[in-house]
Amino acid sequence: MSVEQLIPIFASTVAAATPLAYAAFGELVTERSGVLNLGVEGMMLVGAVAGFAVAFHTGSLGLGFAAGMFSGVALALIFAVLTLSLQTNQVATGLALTLFGVGLSAFAGRDYVGVTLGGLQPLTIPLLSDIPFFGPLLFHFDILVYGSIVALFALQWFFGRSRWGLVLRAVGESPASAHAIGYSVIGIRYMAVLFGGAMSGLAGAYLSLAITPLWVEGMTAGRGWIALALVVFGTWKPMRVLLGAYLFGGVTILQFYGQGMGIHIASQLLSMLPYLVTIFVLVLISRNPKTILLNQPMSLGQSYYPHS
Amino acid sequence: MNIQLSHPRLELRGITKIYPSVVANEKVDLIVYPGEIHAVLGENGAGKSTLMKIIYGVTRPDAGEMLWENREVHIESPAEARRMGIGMVFQHFSLFETLTVAENISLALDTPMASSELAQRISAVSEEYGLPIDPHRLVHSMSVGERQRVEIVRCLLNRPRLLIMDEPTSVLTPQAVLKLFETLRRLAAEGCSILYISHKLDEIQALCDSATVLRSGCVTGTTSPKQETRESLARMMIGKDLPHCQMDTRTPGEVRLKINQLSLATVDPFGTHLQNIDLEVRSGEIVGIAGISGNGQKELLAALSGEQPAQQSDTTHISGTAAGKLNPAQRRKLGLRFVPEERLGRGAVPSLSLGLNALITGSDSSMVKRGLIDHSSVRVFAQAVIKRFNVKCGGDKALASSLSGGNLQKFIVGREIMFAPKMMIVAQPTWGVDIGAAQLIRQALIELRNQGVAVLVVSEELEELFMICDRIAVIADGRLSPVVAAVETSVAQIGLWMSGEFTQDNSELAHA
Amino acid sequence: MLRLERRAHPSTLMMFASPLIAAVCMLITGYLLFILLGKDPLHAFWIFFIKPLTTAYGIGEWLLKATPLILCGLGLSIGFRASVWNIGAEGQLTMGAIAAGGVALYFHGVEATWVLPLMVCAGVAGGMAWAAIPAFLRTRFHTNEILVSLMLVYVAQLFLGYLVQGPWRDPDGFNFPQTKMFTDAEMLPLLVDGLRTNLAFVIALLLVAVSWFFSHKMFAGFRMQVSGLAPAAARYAGFSEKLNVWLALLIGGGMAGFAGMAEVAGPIGQLQPTISPGYGFAAIIVAFVGRLHPLGVLLASLLMSLLYLGGETAQMNLGLPSAVTGLFQGLLLFYLLAADIFITFRLKSHSRPMEQVRPVDALLPEELI
Repeated sequence: MSVEQLIPIFASTVAAATPLAYAAFGELVTERSGVLNLGVEGMMLVGAVAGFAVAFHTGSLGLGFAAGMFSGVALALIFAVLTLSLQTNQVATGLALTLFGVGLSAFAGRDYVGVTLGGLQPLTIPLLSDIPFFGPLLFHFDILVYGSIVALFALQWFFGRSRWGLVLRAVGESPASAHAIGYSVIGIRYMAVLFGGAMSGLAGAYLSLAITPLWVEGMTAGRGWIALALVVFGTWKPMRVLLGAYLFGGVTILQFYGQGMGIHIASQLLSMLPYLVTIFVLVLISRNPKTILLNQPMSLGQSYYPHS
Repeated sequence: MNIQLSHPRLELRGITKIYPSVVANEKVDLIVYPGEIHAVLGENGAGKSTLMKIIYGVTRPDAGEMLWENREVHIESPAEARRMGIGMVFQHFSLFETLTVAENISLALDTPMASSELAQRISAVSEEYGLPIDPHRLVHSMSVGERQRVEIVRCLLNRPRLLIMDEPTSVLTPQAVLKLFETLRRLAAEGCSILYISHKLDEIQALCDSATVLRSGCVTGTTSPKQETRESLARMMIGKDLPHCQMDTRTPGEVRLKINQLSLATVDPFGTHLQNIDLEVRSGEIVGIAGISGNGQKELLAALSGEQPAQQSDTTHISGTAAGKLNPAQRRKLGLRFVPEERLGRGAVPSLSLGLNALITGSDSSMVKRGLIDHSSVRVFAQAVIKRFNVKCGGDKALASSLSGGNLQKFIVGREIMFAPKMMIVAQPTWGVDIGAAQLIRQALIELRNQGVAVLVVSEELEELFMICDRIAVIADGRLSPVVAAVETSVAQIGLWMSGEFTQDNSELAHA
Repeated sequence: MLRLERRAHPSTLMMFASPLIAAVCMLITGYLLFILLGKDPLHAFWIFFIKPLTTAYGIGEWLLKATPLILCGLGLSIGFRASVWNIGAEGQLTMGAIAAGGVALYFHGVEATWVLPLMVCAGVAGGMAWAAIPAFLRTRFHTNEILVSLMLVYVAQLFLGYLVQGPWRDPDGFNFPQTKMFTDAEMLPLLVDGLRTNLAFVIALLLVAVSWFFSHKMFAGFRMQVSGLAPAAARYAGFSEKLNVWLALLIGGGMAGFAGMAEVAGPIGQLQPTISPGYGFAAIIVAFVGRLHPLGVLLASLLMSLLYLGGETAQMNLGLPSAVTGLFQGLLLFYLLAADIFITFRLKSHSRPMEQVRPVDALLPEELI
């Protein structure tokens, strides 16, 4: 295989990794506030169908992505009202959100099955994109790929340097203490959950508007769950989450290039890889319970409602 | 005293707070003057903490008014309270373990500050008031005493004019209590008012200028504690004389529990490792283990109960049987019974009835026959516990979560006693329990001892240990001090040991 | 202003009423949805919820579709009571079907009475084996069972796809991705001629009784319940956490595996790339709507099964998309979770009446004071 052949492999790895990164970043912020939202898969699906439908009718990809984010926020809002204001069990509600999202997206997307539209195109950056080899390798991506890198640095700044990042971490560690010194735990968690919804919706829209670009029922194929696993795998740290996303991107595209690379295994068996790798890395990371205990937000998954 | 001449700093008039099932405060009046150390005295459940949360803006009252420096105020949030000049040190600290001291403090500052400037100010304030802390340390690596200093410094940075201290001495050694009092007196001398919440009569007499006494949510009196006796204060607090435990001397019998060189690495990343613990508890004696919380009590109790079994089975012997590797159910079969510190969620399942809560440690009794639950004998058993230990509740069908702390504790202790233990371990027997229930529980433990049961009590209340124990030891940093007869030691010596100063004695003992 | 306030005691009335409230809310939403889709809502309701049950055949189909939901729902509710979140019943169902199908294909043409029981055993074992993976990983490596059991759903489905398109494909099947049809000896006996309801439904009903006995009469069931409600209390009592996880997953997996066997040895009669329209996931809703109680699971299964059936009828008669079913199912669970709040809380206006006040002696959570 020549070096040039690596370029498309690298490009599709990055493309496959980008929605995972967005969804995992969103869930990372949600979880850091102490809320476990298992509805990522559902929010991604609804984001995917909403983004596709709006882009199809308006012809604007930008509006499509906005619609994807907006619908993710709308679903996250249902989750937030239930778990934060009404204190329902986060696990059960998250599962409900996914099941609902699966049903809603299939229902809303029935008219768009088999429809195509022009997907998100790579940006051409003057000069940089023209550099031989490195140009196509590094500077021939669409805007959301660059956006995910920007998001990484923004998150690192947010958690490491900003006051609100500190507040978010505090709420995730001990909501009772945060309440006692005067922070609105519920309000902050609402923000974190809605941000998670926006990112999941965006990730879903990226699938239907940039990668395929098509709407297919259940097209996320477990990517929302893999994003959840990535947050654990990345021990709640943005940089590791992004690296994890690239690792999974690579595994995901292996099935498409496997045959070409002379791996003669049935496609179904190759398609199992992302799921098996997910299990494998989860085992790897949780093998030592202290790794999780030390990194996981201490109040993760527990309802909190201030007495007043 | 001339402080009475100035305007009150804080005045509460008719403060009332009602929760769905309880009146926490009813028409409470309270006046605090500048520079005054004012005690709010009351037993557990009297409504002290609720009142303080109202003043600090955490909770809003249902009725009544609050005057701050002669102006009526409605404090909507702790941030607003802080802006007005009110600071509060919580009993269960409001600190974040994974953050540094400086980060913790900055979270409670209303005006953000550059981190270098903040660290400087923290050091300055902590030096000024004799509260040494390192701004860059992570809170989880600190002892509870150090954490309290962080809380106090955090308040002082806001230059408070009223400082609320909620049961501050429960985490301190007797020596550290004296140092805290110095700091508080200094603050008062500078004009800061202090509201000092406690149920410890000695402390209040030693420190406070005036006191408001609460009972069942109502004020039962306002007084100057230095002019009162312990007995008269107690009468205001509980409405009758302080009860006393009846305890005769006894010669203990055979060894029921023997711990031999027990070392155990903790599974909790912020926990304490146990190191070379030796201990014997004999039939017919009560052994007490004192210590500041977080020094390995939790780990020791888990090791003794079997929740965290040891690697070698000969480190623990129960009635002569090597039991180090046994789980709690197997240890119960050997006659070891245990009452944990956490009542809801560990000693009892909040959402289950008292009957089913009797069943959780009753699998070896007649309540379970051939793997099937005999629901009628479950009810009979639970009703017997309720009756014998005077548990106030809505019968055996009442949920554990519907009971007050004292009544649930009576139920749990009673449950374990009814299973006729040979060896009984009790953690914090009266923590958060009202005085009546505390008395009943202590007397029940003494009776157990008189019947020849070996009893081990782990408590942070020194007073309690001296009241009911034959012998006392101290746990500090995962090590156990020598065990001494209660009559041959003193609060001062135990207090010294609590800060870990017994290792020398220990090694001398080993060489002797 | 309205706000939530904790009740002194959980409301028994609401415990029973909230599934009904949820169902009513779902119907109201459905009513609005039908209007939105330009259908006469009452007619649509009739098509959706009544028409399927007007014929004996329809009732047979109703019970037939309820069977896998009852089976998976019972298993999951035992797990959920123990706070073991097995959400991979769909995968366990698939593996049960594969294992049972494997037995059927291996003994194809052997017209013996022991083949069918062997298929049942294989189905149960297949489901259990698949559930044993998350159980092992959780107890040995502390790995989250939610994610592992879910990932294994995709793996199981891909594996089934591989089998029916590869090694197990019917050589005389015109290249369709499916196995040979099972013989009569490999099929579960029908209950009534002309209906497709089979023996599995009766077994499912028996298992409802067995589950109730296990959860409410046996100490082992009580142990699992304590583990779910208060893990620290379970440790204190000396109940093994590992045993809890293993039991919860094996019971759930075994029942789901049997459900898979019953599908392929019942209405389907062979292995195909898809053998379940998401019964394993719908069973999560069944378990919650059924209050994690065996009888509740039975009722919830009947309701959910009607949603499947109604979806099909509505697709044929009204041209409604069958995805409406999934939408209704998701909504049902949301409404239930919301309605459940009022078991432990009630809405109160901000001005408080003074009744309901008890003396301090009987106060509630001590942290309030």
